[in-house]
Amino acid sequence: MERIRQIEAEQIKENLPRFGSGDTLEVHARVVEGGRERIQKFKGTVIKRQGEGARETFTIRKTSFGVGVERCFPVNSDKISEISVLGRGKVRRSKLYYLRERTGKQARIKQKREV
Amino acid sequence: MAKGIIGKKLGMSQIYVNEQMIPVTLIEAGPCVVTQVKTDVTDGYSAVQIGYDELPERKINKPMKGHFEKSGVTPRRHLVELRLQDDEATASFELGSEITVEAFQAGETVSVTGTSKGRGFSGVMKRHNFHGLGASHGTHRAHRKPGSIGASATPSRVFPGKKMAGQYGNERSTTVGLQVVRVDAERNVLAIKGAVPGSSGGVVFIKAAE
Repeated sequence: MERIRQIEAEQIKENLPRFGSGDTLEVHARVVEGGRERIQKFKGTVIKRQGEGARETFTIRKTSFGVGVERCFPVNSDKISEISVLGRGKVRRSKLYYLRERTGKQARIKQKREV
Repeated sequence: MAKGIIGKKLGMSQIYVNEQMIPVTLIEAGPCVVTQVKTDVTDGYSAVQIGYDELPERKINKPMKGHFEKSGVTPRRHLVELRLQDDEATASFELGSEITVEAFQAGETVSVTGTSKGRGFSGVMKRHNFHGLGASHGTHRAHRKPGSIGASATPSRVFPGKKMAGQYGNERSTTVGLQVVRVDAERNVLAIKGAVPGSSGGVVFIKAAE
């Protein structure tokens, strides 16, 4: 396990912002569409962070035209050009699956005051 | 050209190649040494024997000590023989020379041989992927059983090779057609796409596809 950690260490991005469950992020993902590459922005709440080392992923949930959309990104993927933290949420658990059953006002997360 | 290397499976991970995430098995391979060169003249066939994992002198017996002294290398824990086409192929293997991961290149196709994970005496559902019997509809104490194993008076025996419960795993197993994704010469590590037989820490033999 130790050896794998050392090997994976090379692939881990260093200048990532600190973020966790409940935070609101905007992720700039590079997508190839019809031979052309463009940047797709995905804005939403982090509902989980999973895995460790180079295999770590996070899932963002947002509501788009009344439909819940979740997208999962590898933290260290080269396809992510930028992650910006828009807000820090105050949550009491690491996996916010309960948001899936809630809509509207109930699906809100208390925001931490910026320090 | 035939080439092979012995290593230890470290475990699985993911590697990014051209922005694509690839599942890989990391194998700490080599450095190995050539401990014996067999030729048609001396042994009746062509092969090289390679050794891996150094071993303290006190751990080997006298016959093996003589064997290693003959090739002029320190004792090794694991020895594997690599068959070669003919005697000409043995020319590239010099007695006592080292084989490292640098013998392999990214993109090469290899086969990996190891000892599969032992699962003990297993039933037919685990061992042969049988479906078992019904969970309900009156099935009585036979949910994971194989059911019928053949006909009656004709042939009045069970055919050889019938799939039944028994020892599963802990046997030599080879996965072919795997691709080398990355060669890390500094750490002596090979990253091979996909899964490889055996548990982490198990000894595996990596052979280049012909």
